[in-house]
Amino acid sequence: MKRRAGLRGSLTGGSLTARLPEAWRQPLAVAGGVVAVAWIVVALAAPLLAPHDPLAQDLPRLAPPGSGHWFGTDQLGRDVLSRVMYGARVSIPLTLLLVVLSVLIGGLLGAVAGYFGKWADETIMRLADLVFAFPTVILAMVVAAALGASLTNAVLAVLVVAWPAYARVTRGLVLGVRGREFVVSGRLLGFSAWRSLRVDVLPNVTGPVLVLATLDIGTALLLLSGLSFLGLGAKPPSPEWGAMVASGVEVFDSWWVATFPGLAILTVVLAFNFLGDTLRDALDPRTARAIKERAL
Amino acid sequence: MSPTSAPSKTGKAPSRASRKRSPLARFLVRRVVTALLLALGITLVTFVLTNLVPGDPVSANLGQRALGDPAIVAQWRADHGLDKPLPQQYLLYLGGLVHGDLGESQQSHRPVSEDLADFVPATLELAGAAILVSLVLGVAFGVFAALRRDRLPDHVLRVLSLVGISVPTFWLALVAFYIFFYRLQVTPGSGRIDPGMTAPPHVTGLYTIDSALAGQWDVFSSAIGHLIAPALVLALYTIGLLTRFTRSAVLEVLGQDYVRAARAKGLPGRVILFRYVVRPALVPIITVAGLAFGSLLSGTVLVEAVFAWPGVGQYAYKSATTLDLPAVMGVGLVVGGVYLIINLVVDVLYGVIDPRVRVS
Repeated sequence: MKRRAGLRGSLTGGSLTARLPEAWRQPLAVAGGVVAVAWIVVALAAPLLAPHDPLAQDLPRLAPPGSGHWFGTDQLGRDVLSRVMYGARVSIPLTLLLVVLSVLIGGLLGAVAGYFGKWADETIMRLADLVFAFPTVILAMVVAAALGASLTNAVLAVLVVAWPAYARVTRGLVLGVRGREFVVSGRLLGFSAWRSLRVDVLPNVTGPVLVLATLDIGTALLLLSGLSFLGLGAKPPSPEWGAMVASGVEVFDSWWVATFPGLAILTVVLAFNFLGDTLRDALDPRTARAIKERAL
Repeated sequence: MSPTSAPSKTGKAPSRASRKRSPLARFLVRRVVTALLLALGITLVTFVLTNLVPGDPVSANLGQRALGDPAIVAQWRADHGLDKPLPQQYLLYLGGLVHGDLGESQQSHRPVSEDLADFVPATLELAGAAILVSLVLGVAFGVFAALRRDRLPDHVLRVLSLVGISVPTFWLALVAFYIFFYRLQVTPGSGRIDPGMTAPPHVTGLYTIDSALAGQWDVFSSAIGHLIAPALVLALYTIGLLTRFTRSAVLEVLGQDYVRAARAKGLPGRVILFRYVVRPALVPIITVAGLAFGSLLSGTVLVEAVFAWPGVGQYAYKSATTLDLPAVMGVGLVVGGVYLIINLVVDVLYGVIDPRVRVS
């Protein structure tokens, strides 16, 4: 296993673990990390942090931001701040789940396509091409509408449009290492195809897929909340951010109803994009050198 | 296209001379065939998707009394080919498509093709304006950031482009509408032209072009005014995307030996920048721009909803939520088709700009 770790390192051009520490010192990564962790804390501790019950309709309606309700109240007299905080419990876990599922499904299909080639490759990649042939929101919208409007179905709809990107990237990477000597010698030693994929191929694929996944967290959240905004996701009382922005459209005058949930989406997406962007630089050998030089 | 593509379609092995003459043509033929196969795939997907829908088109179309009569229901199903097995229904659907028949919308009770003819130009106008703005600004910002690498402008542009790709489009549309229309009143409200104005005579369906052709300059300026805010909101994401990609593409080229050679030769900086750096960098940029157009078409659904822009996005949304199947299928086909054409154009441009693609 140790010997193999060395091989992996030489393939990606300097090991991943060695490059991460410098990446973490980049201001963008620090900012992104802090904001992301803060949101995860808010999601976990929402019941402790939120000043009000997110569903209770006991405050004055459409009160502007002020003491007692810093983000104002919505048209039903609910506290916007508390709803934004509880919204983190809806959006963040679902988005993470979504990305993990797309990585697993897309990654597996891409690896199979790249490793086995032939008809498996053709079938899987043409399917991916088909999904790519549709604009994501429209395809997701049709799937969500066909399945019926609910948050679970919205997640499924986003999954349908999200996996092909991973399939493509994984397939390309697998194709790149498939013919390498260490993979071939593994097969000659009697590794089964699955063992070869898992032990020799997979470690060489994880880095770039990880970057893609980090950058994709933002995209997935934007798409998911976009579906909810259109009324194809979360159902009314649920404090989902996209649905909250949509409810703000009705009370245009009271800008705070839509503004704060929108800012919540923006900050979460931005945080993960900051992280993903720095990761990408760190994994790219050319820019990694530049980071190292500056860090020294 | 047919005269140039003839050699590879005759079935005989192309002679050495013709192979030398038309690598671009053969490249094009291969691309077009792939695109046609994909288009067929799109019809299959839209067909399968709409058959997954739990709703029953019969109950959506017939009145209560007619539904009570089994004979009428059976007649209606037979009239619409619904009594046939699914594969046969698909073939019937394809047969209709060949004649431009996309079915009838259950909402508007008009042919879907007529509905789409009304809505598609509005979206094309919006998305076209947005991609134009994105290309100009994105490439300019990206080149600038690359030239000022690791200095303040580069850092600022990096953060700004990341913000650009992180903003929820639907929210930004709302904020822009609130600030610039409702508060400051510097942009006109929703729609494509001011209320009370009549649309220019239909030529292309794009109000800006049609009004200019007809010489109706008041309509023209109104159409431009209405276009600015939604197009900019829509463009922000693609500007961010293109800035990031242009920067890395230009940086990649800047490190090449031939750029150093050109510099050593004493060529003026302007020539080096445009002929030696930006042109080769355009190849990957064009690919990304093609992809970006896809995300623009996605974004239009959300932006159109806020700005009440009467485009395909609104139509798609209305049809999807009311389970108007023929309309949904029509939108899927047309939008998928537009996307295919864009990708085809990108591939061709790729071949035109980069000779290596043609030869290989």
